[in-house]
Amino acid sequence: MTGPGTNKSGGRLSTLAAALVIARRDFAAVLLSRSFIFFLIGPLFPLVVGAMATGVGQSVERSAARPVLGVAMSPADTAALRGAASRLDAQLEDTVPVLLPLEAQAGADPQALLQANQAKASAVLSGSLAQPVLTGPPGLIDDWRGPVAVLAAAAQSATPQPYPQVRLAATTAKADPVDRVGRMRTAQAGQTLLFLLTMLLAGMVLSNLVEEKANKIIEVLAAAIPMDALFLGKLFAMLAVSFVGIAVWGTVAGTVLLAGGRTLAELTAPAVGWPMFFALGLVYFSMAYLLLGSVFLTIGSMASTVREVQTLSMPVTMLQLLVFFFASFSVATPGSPMEQAAVLVPFSSPYAMLARAAEQPDLGQHLLAIAWQVLWVGLFIRFGSRLFRTRVMKSGPAGTRRRRWFRRAPA
Amino acid sequence: MELGTWAAAGNAPSPEGPLAIEARGLVKRFDGFTAVDGVDLSVPEGAIYGVLGPNGAGKTTTLRMLLGIIDPDEGYRRVLGTLRPHEVAHAIGYLPEERGLYPAMKAFEAIAFVGALRGLPLAEGRRRGRVLLEEHGLGHVADRQIRQLSKGMAQQVQILGCLVHEPRLVVFDEPFSGLDAINQGKLEKTMRGLADKGTTVIFSTHVIAHAERLCDGIAIIAGGKVPFAGPVDVARDRIPAQVRLETRAADGPWRAALPADARHDRKLDGTSFFYFPLPETGIEPLLRALIEGEAGILSLSIERAGLHDAFVAIAGEAAARALEENPEEEQRR
Repeated sequence: MTGPGTNKSGGRLSTLAAALVIARRDFAAVLLSRSFIFFLIGPLFPLVVGAMATGVGQSVERSAARPVLGVAMSPADTAALRGAASRLDAQLEDTVPVLLPLEAQAGADPQALLQANQAKASAVLSGSLAQPVLTGPPGLIDDWRGPVAVLAAAAQSATPQPYPQVRLAATTAKADPVDRVGRMRTAQAGQTLLFLLTMLLAGMVLSNLVEEKANKIIEVLAAAIPMDALFLGKLFAMLAVSFVGIAVWGTVAGTVLLAGGRTLAELTAPAVGWPMFFALGLVYFSMAYLLLGSVFLTIGSMASTVREVQTLSMPVTMLQLLVFFFASFSVATPGSPMEQAAVLVPFSSPYAMLARAAEQPDLGQHLLAIAWQVLWVGLFIRFGSRLFRTRVMKSGPAGTRRRRWFRRAPA
Repeated sequence: MELGTWAAAGNAPSPEGPLAIEARGLVKRFDGFTAVDGVDLSVPEGAIYGVLGPNGAGKTTTLRMLLGIIDPDEGYRRVLGTLRPHEVAHAIGYLPEERGLYPAMKAFEAIAFVGALRGLPLAEGRRRGRVLLEEHGLGHVADRQIRQLSKGMAQQVQILGCLVHEPRLVVFDEPFSGLDAINQGKLEKTMRGLADKGTTVIFSTHVIAHAERLCDGIAIIAGGKVPFAGPVDVARDRIPAQVRLETRAADGPWRAALPADARHDRKLDGTSFFYFPLPETGIEPLLRALIEGEAGILSLSIERAGLHDAFVAIAGEAAARALEENPEEEQRR
């Protein structure tokens, strides 16, 4: 080794370089940890459970809720009607009721039949194919009038006509600038996705500094690099981890949706176009994440246990929920004072601006908004690191009230 | 402001040459409690300097201020020529009192990481980490995770992390606690080796023996104040040297040459011991008077005060008692 004072490092690290040292360590540590695998597959569980619940629900709905129409016609008419129903079922799906032949004498009173078979049928069809009579509750028979007429007409046809295959030719009508409702839906979908990702991923930084404090390495870090660099490095690392997570989830979700025949065309194209919308979405996710993450990091830095972190972060989480609702609500009133406030308030700004990307084609406003959000990220990091330095790295007399919250290092 | 500098108030001579650390009037308060109250320090470059005091005296807070981990409420510190310690972080190594490394890191990577924080390229840090571990007899644990090491080994790895970037100034906070006697000896050797190469070493301790063996200069700190800072010899000289005289006779005309308050112990065999401060005129006039008075001198010696006695004299009995308390107790509390 060389003599003292001949450090080959090339001198002092800049804040950014120091942040990268922290970020590199944290990124590698998180990515190579077993918990990251669970983190990646974590969102799958609610999706699988949700899909299963939806499937079961739909199945139950189909089998239990599909209405039954009692048929009190002549055997020939009943047979013709059932034949027509089975042919039309594929075309009209749930609009055709299930037909239940009722054993009845000719000329039997339909109301009496309905009362006798109330557990099985919701209404009774009597008369003939040429003159069908529908007996039942007023709302229901009004809804069934059309389908029953179609069924009866089809049943009367001597030779059933084949149904032609309709070719679908999708248009870009939804991309029309006047489709404001569609764009609003796209904006809301983008906001919701942004919020879910932010909440899911920003939470990761919560306990990050607690780990450092538990490992007692925090003082080594604090002595070597500025606290701003430590905060920035940790946020960068988790942001990079987030991108890995989003890339994995995005790939999986995209593959599943494509395999299921779903495309983006089902959503109205945003005003700035899909590629720019995605790019802005990534930037606004980063901003929303960094804004919330810097607050969470400050909270995490002052807590010494995970329980304390959870307690301290709850109000922030609730506040973030309110901010999301605020931004969401403002989508419906573009240009209103409330929407402009949502754009200006740092925490809601990324959501509100993503909504604007869906609704307005102007790109210049996004540059301003991003600069505004970067400014606030910087301020939050500076404030958090200052607070950390003044409140945590301290010695003092035992037994103070604060000691319960902030660990005291012995002098 | 308390006496504190090597040169302050005629308390101790000025250190020669440039200073690695210069602090003036450092004050730090926490929630109304003054943890450090007007500390002055002057640490010459290349010196081994001890900050000696009981737990809770303000040692760690002082070191943290010197390193820029926390800022003083009053006063200033100049470290390696700058008022902003983080600007020279690449030239400083620091071992905090609370040891800590990432448990999942391998030993050589942990050293490299600490070096990287100080600006050393990671690849060079890894190479040096392996070399340092080999040089300190820990080559066999280079690829082991920190969590797999004993506490003492992990502490040694962290100490090597402080040195990997070849700093000009090394700050150790209670470096000997947690080490067994053999490793304490090794660390003392390492510290001397650093000083021999011109590196400034400053460490805090509550163990007087370490400071006495190692230090060129010390700062005694108690209750957040520094009642003495300067060379160890000057601290010892705060207490006059004691003369120990053994005579065959207990009395005689020669007794007039001894101070009136000299302590007298008489042994059963008739010999007498006298203890008294070294006269300002020196030992020779006294010796002459004893011989002329036929005192029957069996032995005569001058005993310089130890650092412990100097500490008691400077910081007081209460601080000395606190110094001897089990330091782990405070940490557990």
